[in-house]
Amino acid sequence: MSHATLHSRPASSLRGATLPKWFSWAVAGASAALGYGISAAAGLHSDIQWALIAALLFVGGSFAVSAKVEGRRQARDRTATSLVWVAFLLAVIPLASLTWETVERGIKVLDGYFLTHSMGVVADTEPGGGIYHALLGTLEQVGLATLISVPVGVLTAIYLVEYGRGRLAKAVTFFVDVMTGIPSIVAGLFVLSLWILILGMGYSGFAGSMALSILMIPVVVRSTEEMLKLVPNELREASLALGVPKWRTILKVVLPTSVGGITTGVMLAIARITGETAPVLLLVWGTNFINANPFQDPQASLPMYIYLQYTNGSEAAYDRAWAAALTLIAFIMILNLVARGIARWKAPQTGR
Amino acid sequence: MAKRIDVSGLNAYYGSFLAIEDISMTIEPRSVTAFIGPSGCGKSTFLRTLNRMHEVTPGGRVDGKVMLDDENLYGAGIDPVAVRREVGMVFQRPNPFPTMSVYDNVAAGLRLNGKYRKSQLDDVVEKSLRGANLWNEVKDRLNKPGSGLSGGQQQRLCIARAIAVEPNVLLMDEPCSALDPISTLAIEDLIGELKERFTIVIVTHNMQQAARVSDRTAFFNLAAVGKPGKLIEIDDTERIFSNPSVQATEDYISGRFG
Amino acid sequence: MDITTQKPAAPPAPGPAAPPDAPAARGVTRPGDRIFLGLSRGSGIFVLVLMAAIAAFLTYRATLAISKDEANFFTSFEWNPSGVPPEFGIAVLAFGTVVSSIIAMVIAVPVAVAIALFITHYAPRRLGGPIGYVIDLLAAVPSIVYGLWGALVLVPHLDGLYGWLDDYLGWTGILEWNDGAPRSLFTVGILLAVMILPIITNVSREVFRQVPRMHEEAALALGATRWEVIRMSVLPFGRSGVISASMLGLGRALGETMAVAMVLSPSFTINASLLDPGGGTFAQNIASKFNEATEMGRDALIASGLVLFVITLLVNGAARLIIARRKEYSGANA
Repeated sequence: MSHATLHSRPASSLRGATLPKWFSWAVAGASAALGYGISAAAGLHSDIQWALIAALLFVGGSFAVSAKVEGRRQARDRTATSLVWVAFLLAVIPLASLTWETVERGIKVLDGYFLTHSMGVVADTEPGGGIYHALLGTLEQVGLATLISVPVGVLTAIYLVEYGRGRLAKAVTFFVDVMTGIPSIVAGLFVLSLWILILGMGYSGFAGSMALSILMIPVVVRSTEEMLKLVPNELREASLALGVPKWRTILKVVLPTSVGGITTGVMLAIARITGETAPVLLLVWGTNFINANPFQDPQASLPMYIYLQYTNGSEAAYDRAWAAALTLIAFIMILNLVARGIARWKAPQTGR
Repeated sequence: MAKRIDVSGLNAYYGSFLAIEDISMTIEPRSVTAFIGPSGCGKSTFLRTLNRMHEVTPGGRVDGKVMLDDENLYGAGIDPVAVRREVGMVFQRPNPFPTMSVYDNVAAGLRLNGKYRKSQLDDVVEKSLRGANLWNEVKDRLNKPGSGLSGGQQQRLCIARAIAVEPNVLLMDEPCSALDPISTLAIEDLIGELKERFTIVIVTHNMQQAARVSDRTAFFNLAAVGKPGKLIEIDDTERIFSNPSVQATEDYISGRFG
Repeated sequence: MDITTQKPAAPPAPGPAAPPDAPAARGVTRPGDRIFLGLSRGSGIFVLVLMAAIAAFLTYRATLAISKDEANFFTSFEWNPSGVPPEFGIAVLAFGTVVSSIIAMVIAVPVAVAIALFITHYAPRRLGGPIGYVIDLLAAVPSIVYGLWGALVLVPHLDGLYGWLDDYLGWTGILEWNDGAPRSLFTVGILLAVMILPIITNVSREVFRQVPRMHEEAALALGATRWEVIRMSVLPFGRSGVISASMLGLGRALGETMAVAMVLSPSFTINASLLDPGGGTFAQNIASKFNEATEMGRDALIASGLVLFVITLLVNGAARLIIARRKEYSGANA
């Protein structure tokens, strides 16, 4: 071949020189020791410094050795591998710390008393008190938001998948997308300007629910849409061919087929809005007392409670904030796990 | 360039499942060898052991020997990446890199192996595309995405990409099964030309195709579903199709099979 | 979490072959059909009305405030809407929002892509699944908890990093540390990075997982190393997905309220150094100032919220454009 000169192959080109398995560990150990040594010699104190020096030595060192022995391509492959590992370990630190701190600090005051009492008679700087009023408020606000969002969201999705073809459907699709990106504080400001500033209504749990449903509707629409699209057309046609009207086909065939997925989507949406603080801050105002009526007067809510305890700034309040955070995370995680459980259990048989 | 392949006592597994058992055969240089057999008999798996692609599948592992001239592909210190440079592969469905142009697709393998001057690359790209009988069809659209070609053209592009790095062996895994008859014919003609330069191994479900393109044919079979696939016999294509020495081969070829 | 909607490569689902806007065209309509269509179409229209109302009422209240503003709304460094005369502007907020989001993106995107690659291509298979699952759950952790962690755990641990940055990069001016509490825009950026990391990782991982096996095998069969396979097949295929994931993360970072409000020590100034406390973001400013604001003050906050709204719309629109333009090479058609 005329361009055989392009590849000047060694006699045995299959036998690439390969560094042994322990090579990486050896370089890692050496760089750690060297990094520590350099830091000690230069009188540097910060852990970050010697770790950084060691990391640089590791990446540079293994590249150099590998390039020499195995060739540049292998060396580059090695570098990519070590960078990916470093990034992973780097990210584990804050995320693990977040989980650990919340559990460790939160478990301190979290008990039956904490869950069943309000802050009504406790001074903020004192230990004691609980989150009952906040739990109640969160459940009511989230419940109301779900009651608004699920019918609107599911019906909109049905419109988009089963009926919508024209310009209206395109507009709805587009604006649902836009809605997905609305920052929660902006949703709060909208309800504030309409409900409280213009209509003159007071702060209440329901005002918060309205803002929460603005955040929830697009999520419900999207997930329901996905699920409805998974229902095979043959099922619809089979039902229509039996002379079943379209609306009954949707109610009796399409929705039951996808109900598992829709439930999962709704639960994930609930999990998402349960932790929202900003709109609640603007619209529900917060209180230390039990207010079971979401339609009148300020209410408390879990995320709001965390914020109020944090701004209070005493050790006892921090403890309560962590405990409330742990409760909130536990609630959201349980929702997530149950939702995924349902998704697995009721996985559509048509899976992609 | 072309090298001889000599397989002995080869087993391939998926996890703990033995997919093909105790295969030994010799594949001559500058010839076309066809693998035929019912679905699931392990012929594709066996093909993929010849360039160490089998172990890419999760759980895939191999024991036995595959000699490429005098080098065992599964010997100690062998770099699988280097093996795949020597033993090129064309897949069942054409798979040009979707984000690359026609030109870049062909040059992809060379670029991995170092820097080339533009003129050198141009030469190799043209030569490879000519080699794949595709040059005349794409010479005006070298910078268009490779995924914009027709299925048959895409498959020839993949062949061009494989031969651009001048491998010793070219493996083809049912290269025509996703193509129409005219494209299939074009590829079969191409295989006839390529065997002057490469050792070619082709897996096919199409008996006529095996008869048309190959010099030697190997018949694989499995005793039952869940049992490992085995090599029943390998012989000159003419003999396999006229007078095979094993009854099962004759049954399969004459269609008296399952 | 609606990861699925972000898949760039999701083929257009085969929608049911419904006649355009339903049976009305036939002449025969059942009451049930009519009611059902009316309800579902009504919900769609409700969504449109809602969006229009959001834009209209925010604009209305915002113009009320801006018309009384004696300072330039876009360039003023003041925030005194209840003063006589009222003076307020968003320059400081725009600066703080953009800078903290940029810091967050610079940190989070490369790390998230690396983690996604780690899960799909590097981690032992038994580890990859559970890690992805855990990161999925972390994406659901509410921002208030990240805020609590940021304020009570992250901030006290940053002195070392700040000192180090000051020692070696202090000469640049923008990373000079004058020994204030590390509650600066830089800290906000780090915290936002941690917050958006799970979401970007998740979406990127989904995309990388969808890279057709045959593209990767094409690269492998040419004798590519693992990194070369990623460069040739995985990253090009996933690029638009990673961009849309990043934009999703950016949208979150821009609008994040509580975590920023809890970590930043706000002031209406723009500091030369990112490590000095001070500055503010749109969302944080609304949350911090809301309690004491007069009606005029609230309208001014609504005006700033409108700007935030417009910015997030632009970011989302840009993401969509980028994805649309890359379709030709997206590989979805292969």
